[in-house]
Amino acid sequence: MSAPEQHAKSPLKMYFGIWGTLLVLTLITYKAAFIELGRFNAAVALGIATLKATLVALFFMHVWHASEKLTKMVIVAALFFLMLLLGLTMSDYATRLWS
Amino acid sequence: MQNSSSGSTAVHDIHGEAHAANNPALLHHFAEPQQQRDAASLGMWVFLATELMFFGGLFCAYLIYRRWYFGDFGAASKSIDATLGATNTAVLICSSLTVVLAVWAAQTARKTLLVSMLGITMLLGLCFLGIKAVEYKDKFEEHHVPGASFSFENVPIPGHPNEFANPRHAQMFFSLYFVMTGLHALHMIVGLGIFAWLFAMAMKGRFTPEWHTPVEIGGLYWHFVDIVWIYLFPLLYLIDRHP
Repeated sequence: MSAPEQHAKSPLKMYFGIWGTLLVLTLITYKAAFIELGRFNAAVALGIATLKATLVALFFMHVWHASEKLTKMVIVAALFFLMLLLGLTMSDYATRLWS
Repeated sequence: MQNSSSGSTAVHDIHGEAHAANNPALLHHFAEPQQQRDAASLGMWVFLATELMFFGGLFCAYLIYRRWYFGDFGAASKSIDATLGATNTAVLICSSLTVVLAVWAAQTARKTLLVSMLGITMLLGLCFLGIKAVEYKDKFEEHHVPGASFSFENVPIPGHPNEFANPRHAQMFFSLYFVMTGLHALHMIVGLGIFAWLFAMAMKGRFTPEWHTPVEIGGLYWHFVDIVWIYLFPLLYLIDRHP
């Protein structure tokens, strides 16, 4: 009986930990936006956003602990097509104007 | 003849008993509850994949125009209240926590916790929409809503105090701002509808540790909407903020 109880208790600590991390990252991204970092402002903002999104997906949406291979395949496929959309479009626009 | 008839009845009874012994919520075409749960979850993930492409098109449009109208976007973004945006980000992150706690409560048969977490999630969702309404009201008052009364004159481009933003280019920023946040807000409203239904079901005690699939997949939807906001926040509120 102790094993399932332990199992039931452990995720709470993780959930609150992830929640705290997400709030701290929000504060960092907000503060960093007001500091002059040149072109790195966008990189920091999007890097932190990606980190936050990954944490939500892995731990709140249970991709890390309890998801099938098929679910993971759907996620990878979705991200792949999103990267096709953004990557190919932006590589076109970034290289189109030679002047 | 009699034997075979009674045999078939017995088989039928075993079949019925097997159903009764299992969760009555287990649908006939699934072998076991786990398979049924996985199928529902997979369906939700496939829907979220289509949602990702749906929002992806808007993010793509944003990236293209941000490159083209770089300074104008910076000037337009500065007119939005970043503190309200940050507050809303925190509100959504808190709502994601209450959702994950609701799923946990359903898994561990804690009905009171489940009902209260679903309720708090809805309150946080309404709080988000309220803050959004304040933001929209400001934009209407400042004539920053694209259309006939749009006005964005003599606003300096960040880093270039002597250059002014092109109002037509700034209008493109506000068009994207309203479409992206508006579509996100629409998803929040749909989410509130889903959670109101989950709340009513939870009050009736319909969810058990064996069957609480709606809480799980409703939660997946809510977290996805949160992830979209996690990207909208820096892209719309936090560009060219530094002096």
